[in-house]
Amino acid sequence: MSTAPIPLRRDPAHGYIAGVCSGFAARLGIDPILIRIGFVLTLAAGGVGIPLYIIGWAFIPAEGPERPVVSRLLNRRDTWLVAAGMGCLTLSAVLLLRNWGLWFGDRITWPAVVTAAGGALIWRQSQAAPDEAKPHRPALPRDAVNRAGVGAALVIGGALLFLSLNDSLATARDVVLPVAVVLIAVTIILAPWWIRLVRGLASERAARIRSQERAEVAAHLHDSVLQTLALVQKRADDPLEVAALARRQERELRAWLNDSRPAGTATLAGALESAAAEVEADHHVPIEVVTVGDGPLDEAASALVAAAREALVNASKFAGPEPISLYAEVENGRAEVFVRDRGPGFDPEAAPNDRRGVRDSIIGRMERHGGRATVHSNPGSGTEVELVMES
Amino acid sequence: MTTVVIVDDHSLFRAGVRAELDGLVDVLGDAATVEDAVACVLELEPDVVLLDVHMPGGGGLEVIRQVAERRPAQRFLALSVSDAPEDVIAIIRAGARGYVTKTISGTELADAVRRIADGDAVFSPRLAGFVLDAFATLTPAEVDPELDQLTTREREVLRHIARGYLYKEIAARLGISTKTVEAHVSAVLRKLQLSTRHELSRWAVQRRLVD
Repeated sequence: MSTAPIPLRRDPAHGYIAGVCSGFAARLGIDPILIRIGFVLTLAAGGVGIPLYIIGWAFIPAEGPERPVVSRLLNRRDTWLVAAGMGCLTLSAVLLLRNWGLWFGDRITWPAVVTAAGGALIWRQSQAAPDEAKPHRPALPRDAVNRAGVGAALVIGGALLFLSLNDSLATARDVVLPVAVVLIAVTIILAPWWIRLVRGLASERAARIRSQERAEVAAHLHDSVLQTLALVQKRADDPLEVAALARRQERELRAWLNDSRPAGTATLAGALESAAAEVEADHHVPIEVVTVGDGPLDEAASALVAAAREALVNASKFAGPEPISLYAEVENGRAEVFVRDRGPGFDPEAAPNDRRGVRDSIIGRMERHGGRATVHSNPGSGTEVELVMES
Repeated sequence: MTTVVIVDDHSLFRAGVRAELDGLVDVLGDAATVEDAVACVLELEPDVVLLDVHMPGGGGLEVIRQVAERRPAQRFLALSVSDAPEDVIAIIRAGARGYVTKTISGTELADAVRRIADGDAVFSPRLAGFVLDAFATLTPAEVDPELDQLTTREREVLRHIARGYLYKEIAARLGISTKTVEAHVSAVLRKLQLSTRHELSRWAVQRRLVD
C-alpha cells in the first residue's frame, strides 16, 4: 500500500453520540450513515450493537476535542426533535431491560423514568446557564423558562405517579393540603416584597451601567487630561512646552469627543491630521489643520501625506513660532494640500544645499507618484508649499 | 471705541477675555446664563455680543433667538471651544456674523470684534473649511444658483482663508481690494444664512454619516 491507513479514531465533532460510527466510516472511507443504519439494525436484532458501541466509546481514542454527549445533543437547534429521539431511545432501552428481566417492577421504574427525564431537563438548564448568559440580558430567555417548567412538571408528576402507584397518596393528601394552603397564603403576603425586590434589582442594574460608563470616562480623563495637567504644572517654567502639551491634549480630547471617523478606516484627512499632530509634538510649533472632503488612503495619498509631513517639518524648523496652516481639499479624486508658514521665507531659485530636503522628499516624492509640488516663497512673506495629486 | 458684552458660562473664561480685550474694545458687561444675557444685551445695547455656543438653557442659539425678536440688528460673534461642524454651522445660520475659536489671541479677537461692528463677517480658517465642505456636498441638479452655490471668486476667497491668509494678503494675491474680499465673505455669510437647502441645514449630520 502506498498510503498509510487512516488510524481508527472516534470523531466526536461529527458524530451524534460519541463519534464511534463516524470514526469507523472515516477509517473505511464510506458514508457514516451506512454504519449508523447497520448499528440501528443490530438494535432490532437483540441490541448487540449497544454493548459493542459502549466498548468502542471506551477504547477507541477520540480525534479532536470531545464534548459531553448530552450537552451536544441538546445544543442543537431542533431540540424537540432530539428530545423525542432521546425519549424513544430511552423507552426502547427500558423495554429491553424489562424484557431481559433486569427490572424493579412497574411501580418503581416508570415514575423513576419520568422523574429522571424532568431532572435532566432542569439540570441541563442549570448547566447551560453560565455559558449562555450575556452580560446585559434582562431576564432568562423564554424557552429556558419553558424548559424548566416542563422539567419541574415531569419531576413532580413522576413523584405523584410513584406515590399514587404505591397507594401512599391518600395519607399524603391530608398533609399536603394544609401545606399548600399555607404556601398560597405566604405567597400572597410576600408577593409585594418580591415584586419590589425585582424592581429594585432592575434599577440597581441601570445604576450599575451608568456607573460603569462614568468609570470609563473617568479612566479616559485620568489617562489623558489629568496626566497632561500634571505635566503642565511641572513644566510651568517652559511656556513653549506647556503650550505644546496643551495643544496635543486638546487635539486628542477633540478626537475622542468627536469620534466621527469609524475606527480602522484610514482616510487621507485622518492621516494628514495625525501627521500634523506628530510634527507638532516633535517641533512645538502649532499647526492649524483644515480639511475639506476626504478620500481613501491609497499609495498616492500616502505619498502626498509623507510630502505634506516633510513640508510641515521644514516649516516648523525654519519658520519659527508663528502657527503653520495646513489646508487639504479633496474633490473628484483630485487632492490638494497647502502648507503655509509665516516665517522669513526664502528664494526657491537660490535654495542652498541644506534645503535639498525640499527637492528630494517633497518635489521628487510627489513627481514619482504622478503629482506635483510647487514652493511659493519670497523673502519676508512666508512660504507656501502646494502639493497636488490627481488620480 | 467698539462696545462689547461677553456671554459665557465659565467665569474664568469671561475674566480672561475681559483682561485680553482691556484697552482694545469697551467691555460693557458680561452674563453667564441665557436669561441674564438677553436682559443684559437688551439693556446695554452693545455693538457686538461675544457669544459662547454651549451654555445651559439652550446655549448661544437661544440667546440669538430671544434677542433678535426685540433687537433684530444686534450683531453676534460666536466664540467657542467647540469645532464640531454642526455647532458652527448652526450658530452661523441662526444669525451670528462670525465664528472664532477660544484659542484666538486678544488682538485678533479685538480686530474681529471691530470688523463685525462694521458689518463685515469674520471667518476663521476652520469655518471657511466647513463652509466649503457644506457647499461642496450640494448636488448641482436642484440648486438655486442665487443662494445655493458659491461663485468661483467666493470659493477662491474661502480657500485662501482656509489656507491661513489674512484678508489683506488675499486681496494682494487676487489683485482686488480688501473691501472686495470683505464683500465676498459677507455674501458667503448671507448665502449660508438664507439658503433654504435642506442639505445645508442637515449637512453636519450627513457629514457624520458619510465620513
